[in-house]
Amino acid sequence: MTNILEEISKSCGCDTTYKPADFKVENDVRWCSGCGSYGILSQVQKILPELGVPKEKFVFISGIGCSGRFSYYVDTYGFHSIHGRPIAIASGLKLARPDLSVWVATGDGDCMSIGGNHMIHACRRNINLNVLMFNNEVYSLTKGQYSPTSQQGQVTKSSPLGVLEEPFVPAGLALGSGATMVGRGFDRDAAGMKNMFKAAHDHQGLSFIELYTNCVIFNDSAFDPFTSRQSRKEHTVNVEHGKPLVFGENDDKGIIMDGFKPKVVSLADGYSVSDFLVHDQHDVALAYIIAQMSYHNPELPRAMGILQSIVKPSYDQLTEAQIAHEQEAKGKPDVQKLLRGKDSWVVE
Amino acid sequence: MMDKTQKYFDKLTIRFAGDSGDGMQLSGKLFANAAASSGKIARTFPDFPSEIRAPEGTLYGVSAYQVNFGKEDVHTPGDEVDILVAMNASSLKTNLKLLKKGGIIITDTEGFNRKNLRLSQYEESPLESGELEEYNLLALDVTKNIQQELSNLGMSPKNIKKTRNIYVLGVVFWLTGHDISSTANWLKEKFGKKPEMLEANLKVLDAGYLFGQRFEGLPEQFIIDDASMQAGTYRNITGNEATALGMVAAAENAKLELFLGSYPITPATEILQFISSYKSFGVRHLQAEDEIAGICSAIGASYGGSLAFTTTSGPGLALKVEASGLAVMTELPLVIINVQRGGPSTGLPTKPEQSDLLMSVWGRHGESPMPVLAAASPGDCFHMAYEASRIALKYMTPVILLTDGYLANSTEAWKVPDLNMLPKVEVQLADPAEPYQPYKRDDDTLSRKWAVPGMKGLEHRIGGLEKADITGQVSHDPDNHQLMVDLRQQKVDGIANDIPLLKVEGDTESDCLILGWGSTYGAIESAYKILNEKGVKVAKAQLKYINPFPQNLGDVLKNYDKVIVPEMNKGQLATMLRAKYLKEVIQVNKVKGIPFKAMEIASEVEAIIQTETELV
Ligand SMILES: Cc1ncc(C[n+]2csc(CCOP(=O)(O)OP(=O)(O)O)c2C)c(N)n1
Ligand code: SF4
Repeated sequence: MTNILEEISKSCGCDTTYKPADFKVENDVRWCSGCGSYGILSQVQKILPELGVPKEKFVFISGIGCSGRFSYYVDTYGFHSIHGRPIAIASGLKLARPDLSVWVATGDGDCMSIGGNHMIHACRRNINLNVLMFNNEVYSLTKGQYSPTSQQGQVTKSSPLGVLEEPFVPAGLALGSGATMVGRGFDRDAAGMKNMFKAAHDHQGLSFIELYTNCVIFNDSAFDPFTSRQSRKEHTVNVEHGKPLVFGENDDKGIIMDGFKPKVVSLADGYSVSDFLVHDQHDVALAYIIAQMSYHNPELPRAMGILQSIVKPSYDQLTEAQIAHEQEAKGKPDVQKLLRGKDSWVVE
Repeated sequence: MMDKTQKYFDKLTIRFAGDSGDGMQLSGKLFANAAASSGKIARTFPDFPSEIRAPEGTLYGVSAYQVNFGKEDVHTPGDEVDILVAMNASSLKTNLKLLKKGGIIITDTEGFNRKNLRLSQYEESPLESGELEEYNLLALDVTKNIQQELSNLGMSPKNIKKTRNIYVLGVVFWLTGHDISSTANWLKEKFGKKPEMLEANLKVLDAGYLFGQRFEGLPEQFIIDDASMQAGTYRNITGNEATALGMVAAAENAKLELFLGSYPITPATEILQFISSYKSFGVRHLQAEDEIAGICSAIGASYGGSLAFTTTSGPGLALKVEASGLAVMTELPLVIINVQRGGPSTGLPTKPEQSDLLMSVWGRHGESPMPVLAAASPGDCFHMAYEASRIALKYMTPVILLTDGYLANSTEAWKVPDLNMLPKVEVQLADPAEPYQPYKRDDDTLSRKWAVPGMKGLEHRIGGLEKADITGQVSHDPDNHQLMVDLRQQKVDGIANDIPLLKVEGDTESDCLILGWGSTYGAIESAYKILNEKGVKVAKAQLKYINPFPQNLGDVLKNYDKVIVPEMNKGQLATMLRAKYLKEVIQVNKVKGIPFKAMEIASEVEAIIQTETELV
């Protein structure tokens, strides 16, 4: 029934050989120099040509915040929307157009504060979106107030005496809300991001990827323990499906489970790598434990990588299946008959 | 058996009232269907409490359904009731004031037992106290009669009791000279899988009808001639169903997919429910987590090339305000349907009001012009939803359609339109062969072209930040903002060239005009008839386009000394007319959560006309 979709299938050259430069826009990118967002943008532009999708089928939807600018900076279809709502807008788009590859660029304030309701429900619906959450643990566009991921005690413009609230654990919130793919990475880790973006694209269902993004202006170096070369190895563990949780300067530490509690042990203490916890991205309970590590116990490293990836039908797939099923059961749609209804009568 | 006589009437009003659990809504609907399919014009109005199921027998648990039917001039559910079905004491107490003196009351004596009397705060049974002397009281022992009728089916007393409404319906069918066949057919479809309930209901329907025929207390039948309706196919339709169908029809004729993003809220919820049952038509919907997600998902679907809409009622419209500004800024087609209810705040959830007009026209931040339309009757909801879609797509703009709780739930006989005869719905698609400029406008309509993700070579970025004219680049240039504000306003104002002129009817030579909008249409029509019969000269007109107004509205207003504007609010349209046309208009306002009665408007208008004459 659709003329637009016909138009599109006519116009789609299905040419899928692109270079990263094809996704760069002509206009200036207006983030502060040194902003972590540049690193994310550049990895997105690198990965898009590799996904086998025609350029015109990508859509980037963003909210408001420094991260919200993202949709202006990728040369494809983009929609810079309103604060907190990009996931809701993307959900409608994906439902209406399952053929598109829909990406959301959102901030920690955008996604977890004003847009928290949309975020948890999109996870629960498992709608096939790729959500990139730029987490700088602060509100930057509005110049430095605390956000729902700011650390307790953090001093910001709106918390001169320190933040009183506990922060959200974004990956934990996504897992708890039923997201089928959850990843965590950071702006400086090109390889990690590329890997996760590709996995998010391949994943059928909601992919939620939290990216620590350095804000040089309002929260500079907040993630250094996890992201700087010097301390990264001591404070983070890269999780990979089927691989043991090994970390430390000399790859000499690992995680074991003490009941339901993860615990740091070291090879020096007589443990061997085969004793270490092995990551299983299909294990929902394990993903939750790994996501929380280091939030409540600073001895534990912070987990980076794909924390969970499980397969469940997505909302958009289920919608299409219901439509197909109904059409099969009820026959060719006849709108005139629908208008007439069941109890009509004829006046001669 | 004594001889029964037949009395003829032009129209009659029946009100079915009972406890929330008594099935009065169903009796009313089935009666209206039977009346309409036997060739009468019927208008109905359900009147139910906002408590889902208040404790049985209480005054606040009463649910009612009113049907007005006749051969012509039936535009409202009726001012006064001729026949009141009151299944228990509370329903009698709360509805008696609507019954005409001399009208008929049909009750079930079982509904007046001690407990019922206590709950309804009657000191003494009204059936015996003599206080109903001015009416024709038919106190039937419905419960006993159906128990006898169904004694050999082995049903539980609870299930037997559930058929009381159908028995009473049978009595009313006889009384009004209708046959029971349409209801019998409906029951067969409904209870196809429950043979016991089917048999029981068919039996009591028949029994009720026969009871009417034989019972000496019912000496007369009240007969109405068939209406002289235009040839065509008809059905009874509520405003909500008509709205849903209007959207489906517009999508079909525009050759677009239909998408609804919505969050349930009375009295708009049903539209979501209807739409969710149209999956075989490829209609997609999202029951969103809140109203904001409802409108945002619709904006997303619109961006993707669907005919998208969102439905809500007052409190929900308040939540959608920010996103509707985004739709204005991005110039995407979107239909926002507001089924108005009594406010402010949660207000009167199940009762109609017209008090969201100013919020719809002006209630957004920034200069944010948006077309606003209003439907006049249940069937008109179809045409206005279709029209809202036509305007949204042709002008690339969000459009608000106002209906209200009264239109949403009441029914009228609706002539089913032929899809091919409906106005053309144009879609402003970008041409993939040309370089795309997102904010380049069509010379006539000033609408920008729609480029949808997936169209090769037309990749572009839009959003809520102000955009440069033509190119659509983000722009903070002061002159550009002025230009864009002006262009968006001109685009909406220009729609006035594309909508019908306001039609003035009635006595156009009179110096008095009744000007209504929305659901007051029916009451104004009937009031006009009453005035006409009394020889009071007046003209009437109904506004269905509120932003922009029809082009001739200013001239029409000038032509009349007295412009009377009845509204279910404190004077919102009146305010707009004064502001725009500097015309003093006379307000007639009612904000009780109940629609105007025709008599109320008629007597107000008469009083206004007379006051003026005395002054001269
Ligand atoms: C409805 C609404 N409320 C508030 C704002 C102001 N506002 C804009 S961005 C922002 C916070 C952004 O924080 P975050 O999402 O963390 O993004 P960042 O700028 O840090 O990338 C706020 C409060 C707005 N634009 N709209
Ligand atoms: S304020 Fe912070 S987050 Fe925003 S662009 Fe500058 S560095 Fe990046």
